[in-house]
This record gives sequence, C-alpha cells and structure tokens, in this order.
Amino acid sequence: MRVSETWLREMVDPSLSREDLVAQLTMAGLEVEAVELAAPPFGGVRVGEIRDIAPHPDADRLRVCRLDFSDGETLQIVTGAANIRVGMRVPVAVAGARLPGGMNIGQSKLRGVPSAGMLCSEKELGLAESAEGIMELPGDAPLGMDVRDFLRLDDALIELSLTPNRADCLSMEGIAREVAVLNGLDWNPVECASVSAETTEVWPVEIEAPEDCPRYLGRLIRGVDPAAVTPLWMKERLRRAGLRSLGPLVDVTNYVLLELGQPLHAFDAAKLSGAVRVRRAREGERLLLLDDQEIMLDGEALVIADDSGPLALAGVMGGRPSAVSDSTRDIFLECAFFSPTFMMGRARRFGLHTDSSHRFERGVDPNLQRRAMERATGLILEIAGGRPGPVSERVAESALPQRHPISLRLERVRKILGLPFEAQEVASILTRLGLELEATPEGWRATPPGFRFDLGLEADLIEELGRVHGYDNLPRRSPALASTLGAPSETRVALERIQDLLVDRGYREAVTYSFVDREILDRLTPEIAAIPLKNPISAELGVMRTTLWAGLLRAAQFNLNRREARVRLFESGLRFRMQNGAILQERCLAGLVTGLVVDEQWGIPSRAADYYDVKADLEAVLALSGRQEKLRFAPASHPALHPGQSAAILAAEGTVGWLGMLHPQLERELDFPAPVFLFEMEQAALEDRALPAFRPLSKFPPVRRDIAVVVEESTQAGDVLQSIAALRHPLIRHAWLFDLYRGQGIESGCKSLAIGMNLQDPEETLTDERVDAVVGEVLQCLARECRAQLRI
Amino acid sequence: MTATLDELLVQAMNEVASAPDAPQLEQVKARYLGKKGAFTEWMKRLGALPPDQRPAMGQAVNAVKDRLQEALDARRAALEAAVFEQRLVAERVDVTLPGRGQRAGGLHPVTRTLRRIEKLFASAGFAVAEGPEIEDDYHNFEALNIPAHHPARAMHDTFYVDEHLLLRTHTSPVQIRVMENGPPPLRVIAPGRVYRCDSDLTHTPMFHQVEGFWVDEDVSFADLKGILFDFLRNFFEKDIQVRFRPSYFPFTEPSAEVDIECVICGGEGCRVCKGTGWLEVMGCGMIHPRVFEFVNIDAERFGGFAFGMGVERLAMLRYGINDLRLFFENHLKFLDQFD
Repeated sequence: MRVSETWLREMVDPSLSREDLVAQLTMAGLEVEAVELAAPPFGGVRVGEIRDIAPHPDADRLRVCRLDFSDGETLQIVTGAANIRVGMRVPVAVAGARLPGGMNIGQSKLRGVPSAGMLCSEKELGLAESAEGIMELPGDAPLGMDVRDFLRLDDALIELSLTPNRADCLSMEGIAREVAVLNGLDWNPVECASVSAETTEVWPVEIEAPEDCPRYLGRLIRGVDPAAVTPLWMKERLRRAGLRSLGPLVDVTNYVLLELGQPLHAFDAAKLSGAVRVRRAREGERLLLLDDQEIMLDGEALVIADDSGPLALAGVMGGRPSAVSDSTRDIFLECAFFSPTFMMGRARRFGLHTDSSHRFERGVDPNLQRRAMERATGLILEIAGGRPGPVSERVAESALPQRHPISLRLERVRKILGLPFEAQEVASILTRLGLELEATPEGWRATPPGFRFDLGLEADLIEELGRVHGYDNLPRRSPALASTLGAPSETRVALERIQDLLVDRGYREAVTYSFVDREILDRLTPEIAAIPLKNPISAELGVMRTTLWAGLLRAAQFNLNRREARVRLFESGLRFRMQNGAILQERCLAGLVTGLVVDEQWGIPSRAADYYDVKADLEAVLALSGRQEKLRFAPASHPALHPGQSAAILAAEGTVGWLGMLHPQLERELDFPAPVFLFEMEQAALEDRALPAFRPLSKFPPVRRDIAVVVEESTQAGDVLQSIAALRHPLIRHAWLFDLYRGQGIESGCKSLAIGMNLQDPEETLTDERVDAVVGEVLQCLARECRAQLRI
Repeated sequence: MTATLDELLVQAMNEVASAPDAPQLEQVKARYLGKKGAFTEWMKRLGALPPDQRPAMGQAVNAVKDRLQEALDARRAALEAAVFEQRLVAERVDVTLPGRGQRAGGLHPVTRTLRRIEKLFASAGFAVAEGPEIEDDYHNFEALNIPAHHPARAMHDTFYVDEHLLLRTHTSPVQIRVMENGPPPLRVIAPGRVYRCDSDLTHTPMFHQVEGFWVDEDVSFADLKGILFDFLRNFFEKDIQVRFRPSYFPFTEPSAEVDIECVICGGEGCRVCKGTGWLEVMGCGMIHPRVFEFVNIDAERFGGFAFGMGVERLAMLRYGINDLRLFFENHLKFLDQFD
C-alpha cells in the first residue's frame, strides 16, 4: 500500500514531521518500507494559458505561442508539440527554470525566433514514464501559479508493507483511522452522499451462492459520456498510488478502492444479457479475463454470470467481453462483499493476484458496500455524467460475518503484557480502535468493528493494547531462572565432539544443499529410491539427497575449479531415502578427501592421501564412540566406490557406513584430477559410548612378544587380528599389527604380517613357559583359521 | 723404585689433564688408583717400612691419592661438559622453520554461529530439540494456526514432496512436536535447516533458523523482551539498541519483529540497513492460544513465548559477510576465514 502523505493529511493531520509520522507507523506495526517523493525536484514551472498560436516562419513543425500568466505580461514560446490549442492551460518552464535531470531553461532562439521558455509534458516534469504532447492542466488552474504548488508535488509517497492481518489498513480511510487512533485525534471520513436515482430501471441480480457472496449491490447508470476524461487530481492520486489511468470509469472504481478499500467493478451494460447471477462456475465453462488470459472454470470458482455465461471471476478480475471501453454509454456497477474464508486461495489457483483479490482474501468491511456504491456513483456522475438507477441490493444476512463480543479480563492483560495497565487506558484504547465495550466484573465484553477481521480472541485485543501503548513502552524483565541441574548423558557422543575431532584432523566443515541433481544420485546410489520435489528450483536441485556425497563431490569440484587441489571436507546432516513406501530421514556424517595428505611442507615427502589416511580419520571418530571394537571394516562393493578399495562398516545391526575411493569411472566423469576418498556413517552408530569401567592394574610386569606370520595375499589382515581377538585369551592384553612385508624371503602370492602382543597376568609374574604357551596357542589358531605359517 | 711419590703424582696429573675422553680418563684412573695402580702399589709397600715411618708415609700417599682423585673428578666433569657442549652445538636447529604436520581445518560459519546461539540459550536453561526436515502439512502449517489458503502460506514459498509432505519452511514445527510430547514447563530451542522455494541475490532455497520457546505458568511479554534483549547484546557483545515492533505471525499473538541498531553503521543509516539505522533480526511473540489448543496445553493455565531467527543473517551481521550465497558454495577460501 502506497500512501500519499498530503492525501493522508487531508483526512487526519497529526502534528508530526514526516520522519516522525513514518516512525510512528512502523512502530505501530504498519511497517514503512520506503519513502519516495511524488515528483523529482524541479522549479520555475508555472501555470500558463495559450493566448494565440502562429506558424513558425521557417519551420513547418514548429509553432510560436503566446503564453499568458495573468500578470499583464505575456511570453513568446516556440514549441513542437502537436496537441496545443488556444485557451489550453499548460505547465511552462520559464527562463531560469530547472527541470528534472538538471536541464536549465533560458532565453533561446529556435530557427531564428526567440523563445522565452518551454512547454512541458508529464515526462519532462518527471510525472510519467512517457507522454504524448504537452501536459494539459485544468481550465481552472490558477494562472501564474507554481505547478509544484498547484499539483501539490511536494508530497511523500509512503510505501507500507502491511501484514496479512491488517486488511483494514488497505485504504486511505483505514490508514487515517489508524493514525487518528495513534495520535488521539479525530479524522475526516470520506463523504459518500446518497445519489438519488434518476431512472427506475433496476438490473435483476441474484445471489445463488450466498455463503460465498453474502452481499451484492448493483446499479445501472445510463448515458455516461464516452468522451469524458479523468480529472487531473484523480489521475495524480492514482499515479501516486502506483496505478495507471485507464479511463474515467475504471479510474473511479480504482479510486474508491484506494479511498475506502472496497473493490468495485463496472460492466458495460450493453454487453449483458439477462439477470446478473453470483454463482459457482460449471465444470468446463471458460472466461476470457481482462488480462487476455482465458481460464477454464470449475465448481470451485465463483463467477458473476448472465444468461450467456460467466462475465467475471468474482472478486478477482473482470472479463474482457463485458469490460467497459471508450464507447461505453451504459454501465452496470457492481459492489459486493465476498467472504474471506471463501476467497482465500481462489485467485492463486489461476496464478492471479489483484488489488481486488488481495483485499477480499484478507477481508473487506461487510458494511462498506452501500457507501462505496454511492461514492463511486457520485464520482462517475461528476466526471462522466449519466442517469443512475436505484441500487439493487441482495443480502444473505445469516452468511455475513458475525461480530461476536470478546471477553477481556484486565488481569489477563496485565499478566501477559507484564504491565499494570489501568482499566481506563484499556477502555480508551479499545474505544478509539472502534470496539464497543460493555463492562463486566473482570473487565469487558468488547465487540470489534466490522473492518477488523483480525480481532476474535482475547489475545488479539491484548496485542492491540500493547501495540497502541507501544511495544517499546512495555517493560522488559530478565526472568529469574529456575535452574534445573542437567547435563548431557555421559554415554552419548555429542556431534560437536565429532566435528571438532575432524576439524583438528584437518577437515573443513561444508554445508551443502539437501536437494541435488538426480543424475548424480543415479550414479552414486542407483539402487536407493530418492525423493523428488514437486516444485524444485531447478533440475540440479530437484531430488532430496540419498547420500551426502553428492553435495561434497560438488563442493570439491567447485574448489578444484578454483585451484584448490587439496580438499578435505566433512558435513553432517540428513539424508533422505524412500524405503517400503516410508520416508527415512537419517542423520549422517560424511567426508571427502582428495589431494595431498598434508599441506606441502618442508621435511615431509609430498604424498597423496590414500585409503588408510582417511581410514585413520574415520577410526579416530569411531574411537570416540568406544564402539570401535564392535564395528568392522569389511570388503564390499558399492556402486560409487572402487571395487578394490571400498569397505562397508558393519555393526551388529548391519551396514552403518561406507569408506572407499570414488570409482575411477566416476572420478573421470566428474573430472577429478586425482583419486577421491569418501566416507559416510550413520550418526546413530557413532553416538553411543560405554561408560568407562575400571579394571585393576596389574602389579606384575608386562611381556612383549612379536610374531611374524606368512599368509596368502587374499587373507585379510583384519581377519588375522580378529582371530587373535576372538581367542579372548585372558593373558593377551593387546595385539597389533606393526609391519607388513612382501618380497625377498617371502613366497610370491604371500605376505608377512608382524604382530606385537602385550601379555600380562594380574596375579603373578609371567614365566617364559607360560608366554611360550600363549604364543603357541596364537600360532595354532592362526594356522587353523588363516592358514598362517610362522615366518622363520 | 725409581720415581718419588711426587714425581709419580706429576706424571699422573699430566696424564689426567691430557686424557681426551671419558674412557681414556678411566684408564688413567686404573693405572694409578686401580687394583694394580701405581699408588695402590705404594700403599701395599707401606707394610715393608719401619713402623715409625708408616703413618707419615701413609698420610703422604693418601694425600697424593686424594689430589689425584680430585683432578680426575674435575677432568671427568670437564669432559662431560665438553660432550654436552658439543651435543648442544650439534643439535642446534632453525627455530623459525614452521612446524610440521596436519593443520587444523575449521567449522562452517553457520555451525559456529549456531553453537554460539545454543550456548547462550543453554546458559538460560534452554535445551536443544530437533525435528524432521521433510515435514507434514499439519506440523508446518495447520497446528501453527496457518490453515490451507491462509495468506501467510503464500509468503512461505513451500517446496512440496507430495500433497501432505513438504520441506519445512521454518523450524516452528519443532515447537509443535515438542509440545505434543511433553507437558510444560518447556524451555527449548530448535536449530536446523529450513527451505523456501526462492533463489536470488538475497535468498537461497535452503537456510538455517533457530526456533525457541518457553512455556510455563507465568511467562509474559516482558520476559520475552528481556530474554531476547539479553541474547542480542550478548551475541553481538555490544550494548546495541534493540526495539520491538508490532508484526504478525499466525502462531503468535501479540507478535513482534525485533530490530537491532545497525551493527554496520551504528544506526547512522547505510546500505545494509537501507538507511533506516535498524536491522530486522528476529520474529517473536506470545504463543497463540489456538496453537496451545492444537497441542492440548491449557492456555488459561500456561502461557509462553516463541521466537525465530535466521542463522545466516546473524552470521552475516556478526562477521560482515556480504553475500548469502557464499554460505553454500563451500569455497575453501571462504571457509578458511572462520577457523
């Protein structure tokens, strides 16, 4: 809503500066988005009348005019404009004037004839984007007057961003009423005198959908002047509100919409046949709208129709065939109340949003139609003449919105706002807002006015009290906090801890979009059903990610394209999968590594990160959970990963994660210059950790024994270590792999694993015999389970 | 018996002084003081002397031995010191060379900001709750008093999965889920990703919000003002001006927008605050009675407030980031700046 300050001040004029008025509106919840000037700065342009016009002696397209300013002096001005005539009053930039854009006007000669100024168009004065010819001022424009003063151009246009609840402020009257309330002033409502009918002709009107349209007023006006033009003052007000002038009949309806907030529509009566009916459309009916769009209707749409079919989409937009035109002489003027509950979403179904639908959706005062009809009729008669008939009104009283009294308790006001409001102040504010009050023992029964659709509950009234009192004048309290002792469980690993660990190990956290390109998912997780969006921003962001790798790979590409060859990223967030018709939203942790294992630096050979570097990072994360022992890295194939370098991370409940090298095929397709390593873990598998359980320390010295065993190449080191662990030997405290060897001394197709073991007895010093026995047991076990031979 | 005791001492002392290292020094010691050492031999010979000469000679030999021992100790210490000195010289490094190894990465500025917000509210007893990002219409809209076709829905630019499922447009549905699950008192914040079907210079289709709410028997608008005032001043670590301006959200009544004095220009008016000197940073209000009805909380007995803030917006203001889109490009040059 764009409000002309001068127009507003005609209705209510608080003694506030422009800045203060703007601040007051904002702080009352009518947020001012911008303040613009009604016209760019210019000066020295006066109202003049063309006295006579003579041809230019040396130029066919120029004419020489004499301008009168009623101060006894006339000025000779040469102009090229075609639309001038004797007696026309026009804006004249006299010598010394300065026009928008910085053009200075002086004495000049055009083709040898002296010219003392310039006749101006609306465009030249910055009042329009384009203009045809010189601007015509009304015949009563005072000669010699500064055009800025005459057009009251020193006006501010206040752009309000109104919240959907304040439909009552979608008009000049509404804003004036609000400003009056805020300043404790009276205001001047628009006078809407009843127009007496000059004919008895009544166009028949029927409401067939009273719930949707509880009130409909129609009036026939015959004999309007098709040649009439919209007066300048009205054009100016429309312009300042951001509306184009479209001829007097449409302009009047738009003007009343601005003034009172009531949408109206004028039909060309010559195009109507039979009674006007407000009804639901029938399946398959069509309507060509004013914006030349043809829409297909159904039973959800409400139309204004006659015998020939739909004429207008009710409350939204009129139809092209029945619209008024330059030749319209008889009009049927509609002024209705469409129910906001019905109107919600009706325009959007057709991709429409109009000034009319905007207001009806939010709620127009159901008592406003008669006034608006009289006002519009009055203005039409004033501008275009005509003979009005009587108003025919159809109303379904029972379907009109009922204003129910709301009970308001003073105690509640005080409790919620935290301020000891006085009863008198409450009553005063509510009365000024137009509510009718009836005192009760606890407070009031307050009935809101018809234009306040947003007031239905006690809480709504409390907001009004806070708002008018001023939120900034309400108290602020730092609440006394009843603290309850509580810490996160010790058996949970916080995501923060995991994030910090990865950060310390050189990863940067990424945040990538949750929706990705289906194409990449088809490559990464072809067997998993992804969830598409119905209305994505673009195909590249069309499907919910089934893996965080999609976003991380994209982020890595983005960086590689910017000469960042070493990328270490992790992300935590949801992945989305469809499983057996149900949507799974699983919190995951994923990482990506490509490029050097550490930044290039002195004293460390430059080397690309490999599977084991990334595995170490993931193992560090797993170690936080203390579940490391219960999780296994097992060779497994994944469509996105290198078949020889991919591991499923197995827990008792199944696969909880993956680690591996991006499949070389994908590496090439995605243009990665070096191998890329990826991991993804279900966060749930990382979150539990055991509470530490103390074991008494042994007083007896530990013994270390190393063994080297030779196994076939296909035997997994993990299986060897697992076999030792599975022995659960009470004396083996720890067993670990410390070397892997292939080559001289080892049969080809085999490898040697060197394993260290720490042995300790809690009760006594271990003897060599006992240690040897343990080693023997281990070797036997490895021979049995892994076909391992002791290396000699 | 050629050399006198004194001559022997001189000779021994010379050998001590010229011993080049610890092992040779020990050999010198053995030659003179060892079992078959020269002075030991002297002592052995004492028995052969007349008894009246024995004490004097014994004393003399012991004195010489003591002197030699002293010299040995001194020489040993000097040799050790020299070895140490050599090691110190040999092990000298350029201490200005940079340290080696993996350098730490960093958190995303959104996470950094979220952690800060969570910590501040945790200090006021707010617990953290999470909810699904594919949300149903009921929790995202209905139960927040935004029925179908409500004009507020048009402002949400919702991504739909199907007729009933959508990507949550705000973190407010978590408020509903928490209230459904447990009775008041509730003091909770809900951080997370939210989605709006909008993408331009100042909008990304995904961003982060923190929803917060407090439901208890005696919670007022004054408490809301107090908590958010304290939060904003602590968040920005500055005594900034904060104002509460009436606004509209279907799920709060009264509703307010919270503006802070522009942290870029200090309230003078600049491009960021569009010349107003104020920045809108949060929405808030007292929880609407209808919302309480949806979750079966007695609105007569309990009251509460809720607030919501945009995390990227706060991060941009806090760190001076001028382009929202940078948050999701994950350019290392950008991420590097928040270590």
